Amino acid sequence: MSLSEFWDFLVLGVVLGSLYAVIAIGYTLVYGVLQLLNFAHSEVFMFGGYGGLLALTALIPESTPSGMGSVAYVLIGMLAGAALGGAVAFGLERVAYRPLRRHHAPRLVFLITAIGASFFLYNLAGKLFGRNPLPMPSMYENKKVLSVFGAELTITQVLILVSAVAMMVGLDYVVNRTKMGSGIRAVAQDPEVASLMGVDIDKVVSRTFVLGGLLGGAAGFLFGTNSQVWYTMGFLPGITAFAAAVLGGIGNVRGAMLGGLVLGVVETMTVGLWGDDWRYVGAFVVLVLVLMVRPTGILGERVGRTA
Amino acid sequence: MSVTTDLKKEPQGGEPAAPVVLELRDLRVFYGAIEALKGVNLTVRRGEVVALLGANGAGKTTTLRTASGMIAPREGQVLLHGERIDGIKSHDLVRFGIGHVPEGRGVFPRMTVRENLQMGAYRFKSVDKADMDRVFTLFPRLGERKSQLGGTLSGGEQQMLAIGRALMGKPEVLLLDEPSMGLAPLIVQQIFEIVKEINEQGTTVLLVEQNAAQALRMADRGYVLETGAVAMEGEASELLSDPRVRAAYLGEGA
Ligand SMILES: Nc1ncnc2c1ncn2[C@@H]1O[C@H](COP(=O)(O)OP(=O)(O)OP(=O)(O)O)[C@@H](O)[C@H]1O
Ligand SMILES: [Mg+2]
Repeated sequence: MSLSEFWDFLVLGVVLGSLYAVIAIGYTLVYGVLQLLNFAHSEVFMFGGYGGLLALTALIPESTPSGMGSVAYVLIGMLAGAALGGAVAFGLERVAYRPLRRHHAPRLVFLITAIGASFFLYNLAGKLFGRNPLPMPSMYENKKVLSVFGAELTITQVLILVSAVAMMVGLDYVVNRTKMGSGIRAVAQDPEVASLMGVDIDKVVSRTFVLGGLLGGAAGFLFGTNSQVWYTMGFLPGITAFAAAVLGGIGNVRGAMLGGLVLGVVETMTVGLWGDDWRYVGAFVVLVLVLMVRPTGILGERVGRTA
Repeated sequence: MSVTTDLKKEPQGGEPAAPVVLELRDLRVFYGAIEALKGVNLTVRRGEVVALLGANGAGKTTTLRTASGMIAPREGQVLLHGERIDGIKSHDLVRFGIGHVPEGRGVFPRMTVRENLQMGAYRFKSVDKADMDRVFTLFPRLGERKSQLGGTLSGGEQQMLAIGRALMGKPEVLLLDEPSMGLAPLIVQQIFEIVKEINEQGTTVLLVEQNAAQALRMADRGYVLETGAVAMEGEASELLSDPRVRAAYLGEGA
């Protein structure tokens, strides 16, 4: 790999990784408050892709918009994706997980339910929207606009990077600096004591799902803009983002961001060095190696809620 | 804090007693098939310190958890100012002025001292600076460690933080579950003195303790639980001199 190729793949990896990071936040937030591996989060992401696609299909004109028009459609697509993602996540918690919590179901039951909900949701999408990949209506002419160390970035790539960073900064602020965030952190650390402080655990859990869903949905829209939207599009990014959350230390929000970036870069570097067949191998080798050295992940101090 | 040292003391002789704040009536609480409380009756009057004593497993923690809505009783009632509050969830109950410092302190380990205290005021729109200052005045050691993570505090400091955090919720009644657990005698002494001070500033206290002598010396009245039922109750001074209490809880031969 030449130096210029190295920069190309590095920049591509950062773009991809920033998407993984945003998705990984959804896994890690929910894990933090419920110790639940919410495998249906990949479908929240997928619905986000459809949310953007449907809104734009309904609104966008024949000819590709430009200028402020493009900006407006991007915002519409992103908001629609986030909204559908948030709504699916909200419904998922209400319908699938809350009844289990009421009955103090064992962990394994939650896990099986998560997998079942994932199957249900992607088949539902296949039924509703068809099983063929659909292109996102074009919101702008996707030119190369930026050159970083010689690596040329398209508008879509810049859009992904900028919005992912904005979402991460925003989320970090919400979790660490707002009252809602302090409720989430309190429930993650000790739900019983949190309720003694007046924290309504049900509300916090619901908000946590919605927060993760908004981010996951927006990420689905961005991913769909970069490639296409289809009913099983959540699977591989979902697994990778889950791995990223584990890599960073599950339950730790900044860890999820870091893990996403690392796996994104490793993935594209692997492709650069050994070709596309090896795409997912590098990332998972790194995951296994890191967990062998640090079983709790890069930033994870401890697993679960024990002090 | 200008309020009510005058409300504090149990009235002597024929004076009318201070009004009942918290009352537990015939509480029966189960964990599955295990009956942990078998008809517990207990009253706490305004301004009192009431000690709740008993051996391990007697049901002291269960009593407090029921009073603060963490467990619902199968039978019986919890009354606050004569109104039933059993069945109300603990996160709603804080608004009624019950502060519960749980067994084992329950400090949020990955929050700083300041954040832990802010959590104590979660039920309010904003954190009252004066309350925060009051906690730092009561516990100067916390004031020196505002930015330290709760999980890295010593046991004594964690206990102080747990009490301070409960005070941030402006409780009318403070439920304390074994604040002396695992602490050196000197620290226990300090903490008891501060609890006394909090009480003199107007907060009613229900204190669970294994450390019977120290608890009774501070308390107005006391209850002794044995396997889920009240075995003895009375003025703290009477209990302190009762040979049965001395034998069972103060480690003296009867
Ligand atoms: N979650 C639970 N599930 C089953 N049984 C429980 C549970 N919590 C308490 N118990 C039982 O209820 C009884 C009373 O327990 P509780 O914790 O109230 O005692 P305690 O007086 O606080 O004891 P200690 O001084 O050891 O803290 C004990 O027999 C205990 O084993
Ligand atoms: Mg106990």
